Amino acid sequence: MSRIQPIQTGSRQTGPSPTAESGEVLLEATDLARHFDVSRPWLNRVLERAEKLTLKAVDGVSFTIRRGETVALVGESGCGKSTVARLIVGLYGLTRGRLIFDGQDISDLARRSGRQSAAIRQRFQMIFQDPYASLNPLWRVGTIIGEPLRFFRPEMSGADRRRRVGELLEQVGMSPADALRYPHEFSGGQRQRISIARALANEPEFMVCDEPTSALDVSVQAQILNLMKDLQQQYGLTYLFISHDMAVVKHMADRIAVMYLGRIAEIAPADQLFATPHHPYSRMLLAAVPSLEGEGRERTMIEGEVPNPVHPPSGCAFHPRCPYAEARCRAEVPLMIARSDGSEVACHAVEEGRIGP
Amino acid sequence: MSSTPSSGEHNAAAVAGHEPGAAGQKPVLSVRQLRVEFPTRHATLVALDDISFDIAPGEVLGVVGESGAGKSMIGNAVIQLLEPPGHIAGGEVHLSGRRIDDLAEEDFVPLRGRHIGMIFQDPLTSLNPLFSIGDQLIETLRTHLPIGEKQARERALALLTEVGIPAPETRLDSYPHQFSGGMRQRVVIALALAAEPELIIADEPTTALDVSVQAQILALLKRVCAERGAAVMLVTHDMGVIAETADRVAVMYAGRLIEIGPVNEVIRHPQHPYTVGLMASIPGLAKRRERLYQIEGAMPRLAAIPTGCAFNPRCPHAAERCRTERPELLPVGGSRAACWLHDPENPLPRRDTLDTRQGEPALDSPGETAR
Repeated sequence: MSRIQPIQTGSRQTGPSPTAESGEVLLEATDLARHFDVSRPWLNRVLERAEKLTLKAVDGVSFTIRRGETVALVGESGCGKSTVARLIVGLYGLTRGRLIFDGQDISDLARRSGRQSAAIRQRFQMIFQDPYASLNPLWRVGTIIGEPLRFFRPEMSGADRRRRVGELLEQVGMSPADALRYPHEFSGGQRQRISIARALANEPEFMVCDEPTSALDVSVQAQILNLMKDLQQQYGLTYLFISHDMAVVKHMADRIAVMYLGRIAEIAPADQLFATPHHPYSRMLLAAVPSLEGEGRERTMIEGEVPNPVHPPSGCAFHPRCPYAEARCRAEVPLMIARSDGSEVACHAVEEGRIGP
Repeated sequence: MSSTPSSGEHNAAAVAGHEPGAAGQKPVLSVRQLRVEFPTRHATLVALDDISFDIAPGEVLGVVGESGAGKSMIGNAVIQLLEPPGHIAGGEVHLSGRRIDDLAEEDFVPLRGRHIGMIFQDPLTSLNPLFSIGDQLIETLRTHLPIGEKQARERALALLTEVGIPAPETRLDSYPHQFSGGMRQRVVIALALAAEPELIIADEPTTALDVSVQAQILALLKRVCAERGAAVMLVTHDMGVIAETADRVAVMYAGRLIEIGPVNEVIRHPQHPYTVGLMASIPGLAKRRERLYQIEGAMPRLAAIPTGCAFNPRCPHAAERCRTERPELLPVGGSRAACWLHDPENPLPRRDTLDTRQGEPALDSPGETAR
């Protein structure tokens, strides 16, 4: 992987994000937030004197993605990783924050109509987790893959479009003849190939992949991950890769952001994160993964579960489960602080040097 | 399978002699040549074909395979919860020396819960939402054991404490929806353990849980079963879970058992080409590889299982013999694998150009892009 950034060993302190290193920034997310109103209906609130409840699914997430790299978001369910994906492609509007894609402000993408945003929208695509739910069962595969072409390139003739669909199917390892079949005739892995072909139709630069292999068996997962890596090399694609599987993330990503309850706990180059995780939550997450190589390994068990995000703990959201928690952790939300090794960590204990390297 | 279901009681046990891991101890569960069929309008589908294995007391047997391999079917066949028209069409199942596959439904009911505990994937569907946790535990205890209400309540408290539920006195009157996913699965484990069964069938017990909770639940399952000497059949698709939890592993492919052996042997030195490919296709945490090994194609559907070895169309070593003759489990190293490569008399030659062992040559050359 020539794209892995060399780990900075010097003491150069960068700003809030290590963008200065190399490569052009393709996506810059600053202080993204998305809150959902999860209160009971108005009448119930009045009758039962219930309060208004807000779920802060994402609350202050900042990161950058450089052209050609793969950035992964990992975390347990409910940490907000899928919400970040949906914010970026404009499926949800932002409650707060700013999104810059290739120099253009796309913070209001969710409010623009399809035609207004067509020019920018066709440059990024999304691949969803469930290949059974993301393909229209009534459409033939050719229609599904041709749909983005019909929308973004209405001038294209039917024959050209069919030819392009055939090419796309071949690119993802299927046969052009499959265009005439229906999604139910395919297995989960093949459906995910169809999703990828559809995403590739308009030659996007950037792909948001939300758990693309979580619904697949391991041998099929290997086929899809290899395909995604090949396509990245071939087209210089940039990926935002979302997964809960640490091993998959390690295989795919150049940089990894670990999320916990709507915030990023740590961002670091992949090899760096696996070698020396700083944040207590990253350490716990890595230690908890059952590993084929790890028999007899001491598994540090972390007590407790992810708290209810409607009532998150005060201060650092991880403090009730953290062995290093102190009074400051209970009161004050930690900020992301860049470290000399290229990682950024939001933890008081790491900042104060209470946790060793 | 031509053996009539009512024939000889223990003649099948003689075949069991060479099962490693079960030596010395009398197995809790002994499955012999189990065959499950689903008759359909067009053909009879064979969902499980010639499955034989033992589980010793206190032992955890992991059953792995990809979707459709039939791993859950084994558990369902043992506990007789096969969905009609599926039925056991041959073979025998013995629980602590007693034959149970030919029992009528009314004779089988007392076994469930009392002698065989079940843990399913989704804890929410295994708990009744209308009854409190305490009611469900007490009902289970009183159904299986001759104890009174008060004693049952004490036992329920002890069980909840044992599975690590904080403040069990107050949680006894809570309802399932008031518990988190991990806590619910702890309750399900408490329910499965309530009557101290000899055998626990855990079908993907941690698949619905997050990794940090998964580690807690697996450690709990392993500890409580070891303490009670219960045998565990752990069905999962996750090799990592097997590596950390199981003592022995059985690998399934297209309804057949293709490799069985001690967990270290199977993971470090897989012998069946399918297991070799499966292990190499899992991304590892320790070393980073540029490409994952991929087994081409997909598992056959039950209606179209190839003749001979079911893996032959995808196997790099396949020869004429593999297409016609079905291999039995043959001893190799510390385990047994159903592959003609390991035939003691006439081993099939390996195709070294396509050697999949760890896939090193193919994995390290970045120039080689697929297709």
